[in-house]
Amino acid sequence: MRGKIITLAVVALALVAAGCGRSSSDSGSGSSSPGITSKQVTLGGSYPFSGPASAYRTIAEGAKAYFDQVNAKGGVNGRKIKFVTLDDAYEPPRAVQNARKLIQQDKVFALFNTLGTANNVAIMKSVNQQKVPQLFVATGGSIFGSNVKQFPYTTGWQPDYVTEAKVYVDYLKKQKPNAKVAVLYQNDAFGKDLLAGFQNAAKGSNIKVIAKQSYEATDPTISSQMAKLKSSGADTFLDITTPKFSAQAIVAVAKLGWHPLHILNNVGASKALVLKPAGLKNAQGIVSTTYYKDPEDPKWANDAAMKDYKSGLKKSSPKADPNDPFHVYGWGAAETMTDALKRMKKPTRASLMEAVRSTNEKVAILLPGIDVKLDGTSDGFPIEAMQIQKFQGQSWKLQGQVVQAPH
Amino acid sequence: MSERRVRIATLVAALAVAILLPFFFEPFRNNQFSLVLAYSVAVLGLNLLVGYNGQISLGHGFFFALGAYTSALLIAKESVPYLLTVPAAGVVAFAAGFVFGVPALRLRGLYLALVTLSLAVVAPQLIKRWGSLTEGTQGLTVNQPTAPGGIGLANDQYIYLLTLAIAAVMFLLAWNLVRGQTGRSIMAIRDNEISAKAMGINIARVKTRVFAVSAGYAGVAGALYVFTVGFVAPESFTVTLSLGLLAAIVVGGLGSVTGAVFGALFIEFVPVWAGDVNQALTGFVYGAVLIAFMFVLPGGMASLGKRIKRIRKRPAKQDTRPERTERTTAREGLT
Repeated sequence: MRGKIITLAVVALALVAAGCGRSSSDSGSGSSSPGITSKQVTLGGSYPFSGPASAYRTIAEGAKAYFDQVNAKGGVNGRKIKFVTLDDAYEPPRAVQNARKLIQQDKVFALFNTLGTANNVAIMKSVNQQKVPQLFVATGGSIFGSNVKQFPYTTGWQPDYVTEAKVYVDYLKKQKPNAKVAVLYQNDAFGKDLLAGFQNAAKGSNIKVIAKQSYEATDPTISSQMAKLKSSGADTFLDITTPKFSAQAIVAVAKLGWHPLHILNNVGASKALVLKPAGLKNAQGIVSTTYYKDPEDPKWANDAAMKDYKSGLKKSSPKADPNDPFHVYGWGAAETMTDALKRMKKPTRASLMEAVRSTNEKVAILLPGIDVKLDGTSDGFPIEAMQIQKFQGQSWKLQGQVVQAPH
Repeated sequence: MSERRVRIATLVAALAVAILLPFFFEPFRNNQFSLVLAYSVAVLGLNLLVGYNGQISLGHGFFFALGAYTSALLIAKESVPYLLTVPAAGVVAFAAGFVFGVPALRLRGLYLALVTLSLAVVAPQLIKRWGSLTEGTQGLTVNQPTAPGGIGLANDQYIYLLTLAIAAVMFLLAWNLVRGQTGRSIMAIRDNEISAKAMGINIARVKTRVFAVSAGYAGVAGALYVFTVGFVAPESFTVTLSLGLLAAIVVGGLGSVTGAVFGALFIEFVPVWAGDVNQALTGFVYGAVLIAFMFVLPGGMASLGKRIKRIRKRPAKQDTRPERTERTTAREGLT
């Protein structure tokens, strides 16, 4: 029996050692919100550093590089930006726990750029209840811009998937008005959003979706889906996938000897992480969209923003590949975040949201002609323009003009 | 002091520590403690099956998921008061466990392990398959219980105490079960099935019921998980959960009621600490700690006190054979 008492004592001691007493600060909030002082502002994000979508981890690196550069120049209004990131392996339950940890334990001022449609949907309700800003989420889910009144603390950043789908339909109407389309899509909010956007935009035209196949983000391969899509006889392949599956789809199209017009969605269109592993010869002629400058495009070699980005990234993470477009993405989103912090009048979350909702800026790393603009409750979509790009030879080549596709 | 008194004093002290805990920690930590309680109920249920009855299940994550989704769907879609969803989750999982317990009668050891493992593997797939009901990959957000006004508790403290109360009831029930006549038949089957039969125990009946009760415990744990996390998705209930529950028994101590709490603490906190050591090597560090545990404390945490006492009493230069002794003490457990 004494054995049990000893066991209990040891465990109780370990427990006490594990945590510190509950502080009283979390009840009295006072004039400023948590996570912000005159010297520092803490932001937090949840990213897939592991798991099937781990290609996106470099977005966090890009964002951190921008914040590092801001901090080196003295911060925003005297505040250094601290960016805390956690791994969720692209799984919604872990994103929920991460958001909880970031808000309650790391006491972040705002969540910034958390990645994944499903992951952001999973935390959206609770962070809005807690009035914690969930800013510039790394997903094009249209739900993050269409519901400003219900979710005033949440905003997207990149063009949403409905906008992107409109740009593809616009392209097909001109290039292939009688397209028979086979679709591969990720079976979650992201995939369904882009697919629905495409079908809506194609209504009333001769563009027909004749086959659809879905996969789960946790699936190991998509080969059986690809074989079915090929046998549908479609001449156009709409590829709504995240990087791992984008690469698999490109390889599968080549192996099956299928020669459709291959439209690859923006979130899978990384040369460094998708096309190269799949083999550049298999990637010729793929059509996609973009809205920021491609670090490999010689056109931007002397561009000031591009130079700034490359030197900033090198300083922050010397081993990072500057040609990985996801770094550029993170860099750009961080610029919008910094702009909002700069315009914030009071150190409160409510004041930050006011600044965010009146965003109207030119992010230098975006393509010329593309603005980042929000307008109160009437416009919840920051970026609503894209340009078609085609993969030719060794790199993406911009096609035509920037297409403005506002809601 | 008589043994009984010591036992009661220990229990009261443990309960007091458990009740006071949420007043000393941050909300996030309390949330983790609530999760530990939820897991401990599942571990306890699995221990009834594995530790006391000698059957095995690698698929209790399935029943955990069943309970969680039962509770989540009832709260989110039918607006059922959340306390009522606890027995509902328990009953649904109990029924599923009963149905599954029948074929389990014909299998033992490795074969039963394999069949139950398949349950764990299909759980996330089934949830995705019935997407119209379960919201599929997207998952289901559930409003968490909120503390009634005027009692001076924050939500995290309230949820913790609620979970603690339900867990305490489940522990009491399990303790009563293993102490009585039923408990003796359960263990008799584990120790020697033939002699148990000879003594007039209805093997099939006891085994299927233990399986069902054990699944029911996992179901209740699932409902508690929903209260604590407020969100369910297929990826919440992967094979890792099932294996984690089994690992928790090993860590806590086979055939020990109190060991369930230690096991649950282990599966909640060790992966977090392992992640702090190295984010890329979380699984590796966790596995290494688990293996180290089996070497150092083969009887589980429940035997820690006994072990310390024995080391203190051990006369110098005498070769005891700890592993053998350990195993027998673990078997004796709380009988």
